[in-house]
Amino acid sequence: MSAFASVARLGARLGLNARTLRRQPMVWVGGGLMLVQVLLALGAPVFAPYDPLAQDILARLQGPSGAHWLGTDQFGRDVLSRIIHGYRSSLAIAASAVAIALVIGGFLGVIAAVKGGWIDRIVMRLMDILFAFPIILLAIGIIAILGPGPVTTAVAIGVVYVPIFARLLRGPTLVIAASEYVAGARAIGAGTSRIIVSHILPNLVSVILVQASLSLSTAILVEASLSFLGIGTQPPDPSLGRMLAEARGYLLLSPWDSIFSGAAILLVSFGFNLFGDGLRDALDPRLRGSS
Amino acid sequence: MARYLAIRLSDLAIVLFGVSVIAFLMIRLIPGDAVEIMLGANAEVTDEQIALLRTRLGLDEPAITQYFAWIGNLLQGDLGTSLWTGVPVTQEIGGRIWVTLELSLLALLLSVVLAVPAGCAMAYFRSSAADYVIRVITIAGVTVPNFWLGALLIFLFFALFPSFPSVGWVDFSVDPLGNLARLLLPTIALAVPVLATLSRIARSAMLDSLGQDYIRTARSKGVSERAVVFKHALRNALIPFVTALGISAGYLFGGAIVVEQVFALPGLGRLMIGAIAERNYPLVQASILLVTATFVVINFVIDLAYAALDPRISLR
Repeated sequence: MSAFASVARLGARLGLNARTLRRQPMVWVGGGLMLVQVLLALGAPVFAPYDPLAQDILARLQGPSGAHWLGTDQFGRDVLSRIIHGYRSSLAIAASAVAIALVIGGFLGVIAAVKGGWIDRIVMRLMDILFAFPIILLAIGIIAILGPGPVTTAVAIGVVYVPIFARLLRGPTLVIAASEYVAGARAIGAGTSRIIVSHILPNLVSVILVQASLSLSTAILVEASLSFLGIGTQPPDPSLGRMLAEARGYLLLSPWDSIFSGAAILLVSFGFNLFGDGLRDALDPRLRGSS
Repeated sequence: MARYLAIRLSDLAIVLFGVSVIAFLMIRLIPGDAVEIMLGANAEVTDEQIALLRTRLGLDEPAITQYFAWIGNLLQGDLGTSLWTGVPVTQEIGGRIWVTLELSLLALLLSVVLAVPAGCAMAYFRSSAADYVIRVITIAGVTVPNFWLGALLIFLFFALFPSFPSVGWVDFSVDPLGNLARLLLPTIALAVPVLATLSRIARSAMLDSLGQDYIRTARSKGVSERAVVFKHALRNALIPFVTALGISAGYLFGGAIVVEQVFALPGLGRLMIGAIAERNYPLVQASILLVTATFVVINFVIDLAYAALDPRISLR
């Protein structure tokens, strides 16, 4: 109950209420998709009808049936169960990556804006340097250095996303830091850290929420691309990208596995993106009421 | 303007320097150096032979000496030779880059040609059912995994047109039609996410621009609706759109790495993945530097063009 109350308080703070949200069906549809998939991921061992690693050689490459809703793969493993477990690892990696990027990138962006001067220049040039690398390429390099696995994949995607958060949060922080209430707080003796914590961060919550959900959506795709290239999650851990890479070899023989594993990636990424996009509209006062 | 240019140029130099350091360090930090990978499981090699090979490849020097030697040669136009084949790196890259370039440019062209009208339509008919439908489709377009899209296209074309050459590569100079046919599906797979992103940006830029006072002025003095949209609104919406175009250059290359893999295209992406695996230092360094420097310079030129066109930008 208290969790619900604090969510409601946060919503009220951001100017979100039932009326603004009712106008944003995308938030509801995206949020619903997100919730279902997160719950499936969290309860994967309960929801998955089969062991995702259990092979049944006699039931290879089957199409959808009553026994296997989404069919079976080249080893007779249940595709639905592998997708549900795949969600678990995809979401865990994407969420850790976005958390890393948010904490480091957010810190750098806010500090750069508040301190200004040469600190700002150095930090932002470092961000430009990282940003110059194509996302996949830099992630491949970092994973090659750290070694493959879920943790290193999360770190690699996190590092790649750091400049996105730093650049995104620097702008609004500059505006807030130049505002009269921050000048007022400074005048009555508030220190830099106090100003950041009690005046700047609360005003960044909406930007962070929107960007975090959009970044989760793309981080899921990056993780899937890396596993597809054979660089991210390693066997035998189920991973949506690698499922697709393996299924591709049997595409012309039995397309079901490829179709469903790719659709699963699309659906989870789509849910987060739809939610983030709708939330941005709901939070933007300029768009409120105009539609 | 001179001061603005000086700051931007020094920023550009700093970023290019940083990128070269990362390109240099990245491949060297990967466990297992080129010599170990080359000799592999060959147990008959003596330590002296290993040392000799390291010296011959210049890998026994301190890293900092190697870095400056690399940069020094680079500035004279010498990118070094591939560790494995002994062929100049420029030649190895030159053989592959046209595949990636042709693929990326075709995808960019397709995206721009479709994104501008789609964005204009969405902005003009905003909040209508059509706007919502296209918006949801564009979100699906942003989130569709391009390797999946590629695989589905291959399957679809195989089922519908069994004789269509879906995968593989023929050079344009050998068979122009065959070349374009083989690039059709990869171009679509690479373009869809860019197309979706760009049409969303075109939509919001047009929405911004259609809401400005000069649009109302134009309408009130009786300018035709066509001229209002395409002359007044679209022209002013181009700035954010072209900025997004610069950023998407980075995405196109990242996407090309994956799409080349799906369609078995001999492009730069596949060359790089192979070069990383075999620790081909000069080749990896040169190709990473090429890709990142291109991205940085494109975006630098776009920024500069705005500053030249819009005096308010250099004042910031």
